[in-house]
Amino acid sequence: MKDNISSSPILNIVSRILFAPIIIFGLYVQFHGDYGPGGGFQAGVIIAAAFILYSMVFGIKKGETLVPIKINQYLMCIGVLLYAGVGVVSIFLNGNYLDYNVLASDSSSGQHLGIILVELGVGITVATVMIALYHSFASFRIKDD
Amino acid sequence: MNFLIINFFLISILLLTTFYIFKTTSLISVVALTGIFTLVCAAIYVNLDAVDVAFTEAAVGSGISTILMVMAVAKLPEGKKNELLNLFPSILLSVSIVIVLLLIITNLPLLGDPNAPIHLHVTPEYIKESKSIFHIPNVVTNILASYRGFDTLGETIVIFTAGLGVIVLLTSNTLNRKTKFKKKVKK
Amino acid sequence: MVSGLFIIITSQNYIKKIVGLAIFQTSVFVFFVSLAKIIDGTAPILNSTNDVYSNPLPHVLILTAIVVGVATSALGLAIVLQIYKNYGSIEENEIKKVELKENN
Repeated sequence: MKDNISSSPILNIVSRILFAPIIIFGLYVQFHGDYGPGGGFQAGVIIAAAFILYSMVFGIKKGETLVPIKINQYLMCIGVLLYAGVGVVSIFLNGNYLDYNVLASDSSSGQHLGIILVELGVGITVATVMIALYHSFASFRIKDD
Repeated sequence: MNFLIINFFLISILLLTTFYIFKTTSLISVVALTGIFTLVCAAIYVNLDAVDVAFTEAAVGSGISTILMVMAVAKLPEGKKNELLNLFPSILLSVSIVIVLLLIITNLPLLGDPNAPIHLHVTPEYIKESKSIFHIPNVVTNILASYRGFDTLGETIVIFTAGLGVIVLLTSNTLNRKTKFKKKVKK
Repeated sequence: MVSGLFIIITSQNYIKKIVGLAIFQTSVFVFFVSLAKIIDGTAPILNSTNDVYSNPLPHVLILTAIVVGVATSALGLAIVLQIYKNYGSIEENEIKKVELKENN
């Protein structure tokens, strides 16, 4: 199976225009999660959707140059480690594991900081796992060449 | 009661979709019907005041999941019309489960009852604390990341592991059954 | 919910089995979220005009479960693709025939 690189100018231009707004919307959902509906899970999926749209329209080869597989796999690990690392930091600051009250001077801003870091970890993990799922499904071949 | 009428309407759409998923043999239309199913579920969540869940279901369930299923089905052959497996025992099992569930439902508190046990235990404290102490308006995010942080850590690790599993299954060349079996037989 | 279970048991096709599993899962989620509803309540985002909010705890559990469900069904699809690569079919009865032939 070849990569079906689209020759339609409409698809090309529309996906070029949509790429940046989708990512900005994802970042808005990510960091506005304290105040409105949203959070790491949804934002990760929205950001992954932007990259999946790119590699659907322009072909998997180009998508892999945009997000190299190695870097994607490192980011998967970094997301989980960021989440777990916040817990370890709060142990060193004389708190319990994943106790955000000690991260800042008072408990309210500590909670805000901890929740933003944890949601960032979740978002990175979900986004990179979804991109990795898409790339491995798209590059799988039934018949060995 | 507008709320109940909308709910009944949406749930009847769900039942219809499930029936057609059961009936059709073409795999690509099964995938499309699954997308419809999850999108209608997202509408039900909005009707039940669960905006975060509806957001997730619309993005993850009917977005990414449908794309992945289409990617997989594009590489697979068309579904064939086969006779159904174990028809009589499965009808018996399904009917008995339905009867048991209906018996349980009669013991549940009414839908939307504010004095049900689920609303009385820890949730009032969560809402009060995130209003007065932490100043975080979205209680769902607060519980997700702070009160139930361990839970979410576990879920993140599950997603990570599933991603690793798919990468290993689809990109490694060592999973060919015939070569492996032949090697074992020779030994 | 039971119809999802019915599809899992009766259909021979592995993709349909995975879809049945997804239906089973989603209907359990709908049941869970319906427990959280309070009549005349609003979504659990605090504001100054409302006092009654629906219960946020089931929402949290289901929110994480949805994402995990998609990740696991992707794992199932990957296994189905590998089965097709190795057996040349995704129907259960045909795979059983291939297995029988090889054992004899």
